[in-house]
Amino acid sequence: MSQIKVNSLASVASARSSETSSQGVGLEARSIHAWFGQKHVLSDISLDFYSGTVTALIGPSGCGKSTFIRILNRMHEFIPTAAMAGEVLLDGKDIYRSGVDVTKIRLGIGMVFQKPNPFPSMTIKENVLSGLKLAQIKINNSDELLEDCLVRAGLWSEVKDRLDQYGGTLSGGQQQRLCIARSLAVKPQVLLMDEPCSALDPGSTLRIEETIRELSENMTIVIVTHNMQQAARVSDYTGFFLSDGGPGQLIETAPTSQIFSNPKDKRTEDYVTGRFG
Amino acid sequence: MSTLIGNKPQQPLPDGAAIPKPIKPWKPTPKQLLPDLLGAITAVAASLIVVAVTPLAGGLGLLATFISISIVVASSISWIRQDRKAAANSVSTIVIYFLAAFVLLPVLSIIFEIIRKGAPGLSLGIFFNDMSVTSSDAPLNEGGLLHALVGSLYVVALATVVSIPIGLLTALYLTEVNGKAAGVVRFFVQAMSGVPSIVAGLFIYAVWMISFGGTYTTAAGSMALAILMIPTVARTAEEVLKLIPTDLREAGLALGATQWKTVALVVIPAARSGLITAVILGVARVAGETAPLLLTVGGNDAMNWNPFSGNNSALPFYIWKNFGLGTETAIARAWTGIFVLMVVVMIFFTLTRILGNKKGK
Amino acid sequence: MSITENPASTHVPKPREITTEPRFSDRVFRGVVSSGGFISLIVLGLISLFLLYNGFGVFRSEGLSFVTSFDWVPESIENGTEASYGIGAMLYGTLVISFIGLFFGFPLAFGTALFLSYYAPEWIKKPMVLVVDIMAAIPSIVFGVWGYFILMPHAEEWARLINKYLGFIPIFSMPGDFFTRSPFIAGLVLAIMIIPIITSISREVFAQTPLDRIQAAYALGATRWSMIRAVVIPYGKGGVIGGAMLGLGRALGETVAVYTVLNLVYDIRPEILLSAGGSVASLIVNKFGEANAPELKALMAAGFVLFVVTLLVNLIANMIINRTVRKG
Repeated sequence: MSQIKVNSLASVASARSSETSSQGVGLEARSIHAWFGQKHVLSDISLDFYSGTVTALIGPSGCGKSTFIRILNRMHEFIPTAAMAGEVLLDGKDIYRSGVDVTKIRLGIGMVFQKPNPFPSMTIKENVLSGLKLAQIKINNSDELLEDCLVRAGLWSEVKDRLDQYGGTLSGGQQQRLCIARSLAVKPQVLLMDEPCSALDPGSTLRIEETIRELSENMTIVIVTHNMQQAARVSDYTGFFLSDGGPGQLIETAPTSQIFSNPKDKRTEDYVTGRFG
Repeated sequence: MSTLIGNKPQQPLPDGAAIPKPIKPWKPTPKQLLPDLLGAITAVAASLIVVAVTPLAGGLGLLATFISISIVVASSISWIRQDRKAAANSVSTIVIYFLAAFVLLPVLSIIFEIIRKGAPGLSLGIFFNDMSVTSSDAPLNEGGLLHALVGSLYVVALATVVSIPIGLLTALYLTEVNGKAAGVVRFFVQAMSGVPSIVAGLFIYAVWMISFGGTYTTAAGSMALAILMIPTVARTAEEVLKLIPTDLREAGLALGATQWKTVALVVIPAARSGLITAVILGVARVAGETAPLLLTVGGNDAMNWNPFSGNNSALPFYIWKNFGLGTETAIARAWTGIFVLMVVVMIFFTLTRILGNKKGK
Repeated sequence: MSITENPASTHVPKPREITTEPRFSDRVFRGVVSSGGFISLIVLGLISLFLLYNGFGVFRSEGLSFVTSFDWVPESIENGTEASYGIGAMLYGTLVISFIGLFFGFPLAFGTALFLSYYAPEWIKKPMVLVVDIMAAIPSIVFGVWGYFILMPHAEEWARLINKYLGFIPIFSMPGDFFTRSPFIAGLVLAIMIIPIITSISREVFAQTPLDRIQAAYALGATRWSMIRAVVIPYGKGGVIGGAMLGLGRALGETVAVYTVLNLVYDIRPEILLSAGGSVASLIVNKFGEANAPELKALMAAGFVLFVVTLLVNLIANMIINRTVRKG
C-alpha cells in the first residue's frame, strides 16, 4: 500500500521536475539556527533555493519549517524572544547584515500566509496595490500592473468587474489568490508561502497550485506544506525537516522526485510513505 | 543538479559541537545608533544656538525649536541613509515619542508639586487634631485634618457597603443569569459610569433634602458616591466572573447543586481576589470625589462620629474649603490635604495592582 | 434519494421543548440577582425623574429660553428683580472647554496609545502604563488646585504668545489683558484629565488589530508608520472615535477642576483666551451654596440638561466602542 503511494507521488514529482531548468541560486540559507528564548528550535539549516524553481519544505508539525521560512524574509524578529544565527543570502548578500533596510528586504522576498489576510478596509484594487502604497512607491501604469498581477495570480477573470468591492467579499481561495497578487505587485524575486492552502478547500487548493507553477517560471518560490501530495505536485526540490524533540533539523534535501522515490535517509522514507507524521 | 543540493549531509550536530551563539541581528548595533545619537546632539545644540541668537526665548521656545530641529534632522538622516518612506517613518516616530513624553510631564509635575507643597505641612499632629478650635490661618503646626480623614473613611465605607451588593448582583445578573435584558443592563451600567459626579450629588440632594426634608449627613454623601461606585464595581466584577471557566459551573451543576449553591460555593470563591480588586477599584474611584460631597455632607471643622446625623467633612471637602479661603496658610493646608488624599488613593491603587497581579498568576 | 423524498421522514419530529422547573432556591436566587441587576437602570431612571420633577417648573416658565438665554437672575425682593434663568452661556461654555480639552487631549492620548502599542520598548512600556493609570486615579480636586497654582502661570504665558501671533483670528483676540481663568486654561486641564480614558480605550482597540494583517503589511515592505496607517488606523478608527467621545463625556461633566480654573461669566464670548467662560457643572457648584428654593429648582433643571447631554454622548460612545471592540 505504502509502496503504491510512493510510486504515485514519485511519478507526479518526476513529471514536474523534468520541465524545469535551474537558473542559479536565488536565495541561500547558511547554517541557520533559531531560538525562542532559551529554546533552540532550528539547528544548522543550510539550503539553496534556485531561481525559477519551487522548493517545498515538508515535515511533521513542530519541526520548525514555519520558523525557517519566516527567517528567510526577516519576519522571525517580530517575536520578542526570537534569536537566530547564520546567514541568509539574497543575490550573495546577507539580508541580516548590519545597516540593511529591512523593508527593502521584504519587498524583494514576499510572503503569503497560512490564512488569507487581505486588508479588510481596502477594495480588491487597493489590496493589490497596497504594497506600493505601504512602500511609498509611485508608478504611472497602476492599472496595467493591477491587471498583470491579478492575471498572474489567476484571479483576473473572476474579479475584473468588481475591482472596487472590498477584499472580504471574495471566497477564501480567491482571497488567498488576492494575497498572492498583492505580493506580486511589488515585484519580489522570491515568494515565500507558509502553508498557503491549509485553510482552503480542495478546489481552491488546486487552483492555487496551478498559480504557483505558473509563477515559478520567473521567480524563486519556497512553500511550506504539510501536504505531501502538494509538495509532489508543485515543487522541483523538497527539503524534509524533522525534530526528534530537540531543535528541528533538515534531514534531507533533493529533487522532489528523488525524495519521493528514492530517499536517502530512512526517516525521510518513513515520513513520505506515511509511516509517521 | 542533485549533487548541488543533495551534497550536504544533514546530520545532527555531535554533542559538544559548537552551536553558534544566538544573536539578534535586527537589534541596532551601537555603531548604527551613532548617527541617531549625533543627530540628537545636533538637534540639542542647534536649538540652544537658535534660541540664543533669535528672539525665541524661554523653555517653550527651546522646546518648540528642539522638536522642529529633531524632526528635520531625523528625517534627513533617514532620507539620506534610506528613502522617503523611512523619512516619513522617522518623523512619525519622533512625533509619537514627543506626544508620549508630553503626557508624562503633567503627571510628574503634579506628583512633584504635591510633595514640594504638601510635605511642609505634614506632621504627626495633623492626624490627631481637627479644625474645631483652630482657625485656618493659625500656624500649620496647629490643627489638623483628622476630622476630614475620618469623614472620608465614613463616607467611603458606607458607599462601599451599599455598592458591593448592588455591584455584585449586577455582575452576577450579567454573567450567571444572563437574561434577555443582559445587553440592555450592560449598556446602562456603562452609561451610568459616565454620570457626572455633580449630577449624582444633585440627585441625592433632590431626593434626600428636597423630597424627604433631610439635612446634610455623611450618609447622604455616601449615597451620592455609591452611584459613582456601583458601575465601577459591577463592570470590574463582571470581567472577573467572566474569567471563571464554564466547566467549573457545569461541574457544580452536574453534581446536582442548585445554581444558587454553585454560584455561592464555587463561582464566587474562585473569583474572590478579583472581586476584592473590583471593590478596591471602586473605592479608588470615589475616594477623591469632591463635587457630590459639596452638595451632600455640608462640611464640618470638628469631628462627627455619627454618619446619620449632622454635617461632616471629608478630605476633598477639606482641600476645597482651604483652597477657597485663599490665605497662605489655608492654601498650605490644602496642599497637605492633597498630599494625604493622594497617599490614600495611591494605597488603594497599589492594592489593586498587587491583587491584580496575584490573580494573573 | 435525498432524505426529504423519503416518505418515512416526512414526519420530522419537532424538537422537544425542554422545560425545567427550577428549584425554589434557584428561583429566589435568579429573582434577587435580576432585581439587583436592574438597579442601575432604576437609578438612572430615578435621576432623570427627580431632576426633571424638581426642575419642571423652571422648564415650564422659561421654556426654550432656559437653554438659549444667558442671564441667571434669582428673584430678589430688595432689588426688585424677577427671576430669569438661562444656561445658554454655560452650555456654550461647557462645549467650548470640552472641545478645547479634546483638541489638546486627543492627539496626546492617541499618540501615547500608539507609542505604548507599537513603539515603546518593554522597559519603558510598563512604567508608562503605570503613569497613565495613576493619571486616571488622580482626583479632580487635585487637578484643579494644581491647574490653578502650577499650570495657570505657564498657560497664561502660552495664551499671551498665541494672542501675540494669532491674535488676528477672532477666537484668539483679547479685548483687555485678562489671560487668567480662561476657557483655554480650563480646556488644558480637561485635556490632561481625559487623556487616560482615551489612551486606554485606544490601546484596547489597537490590541484587537488582527496580527495577520499587521504581518501582511510588514511582509509587503511596510515601515512601522505605513503599517499603522494602512492597518491599525483603518481597523481601529471607530473604537478610537468612541474613546474620544467617552473623553468628551467626561469633560462635559467635570466640575471641580473646571470651577477652580475658570472664571464664570454669563455671556457668550468668542475669545477663548479671555478670562470669561461657562460650565453648567461649575454653575451648579457656584450657585448652590447661596441659592434660595426657586433657584435651587433652576439648578436641578440645569443638572437635568447636563445629565441628558452627557448620557447621550456616553451612550453613543459606548455604542461605537461596543460595535468595534467588545464584539461578542
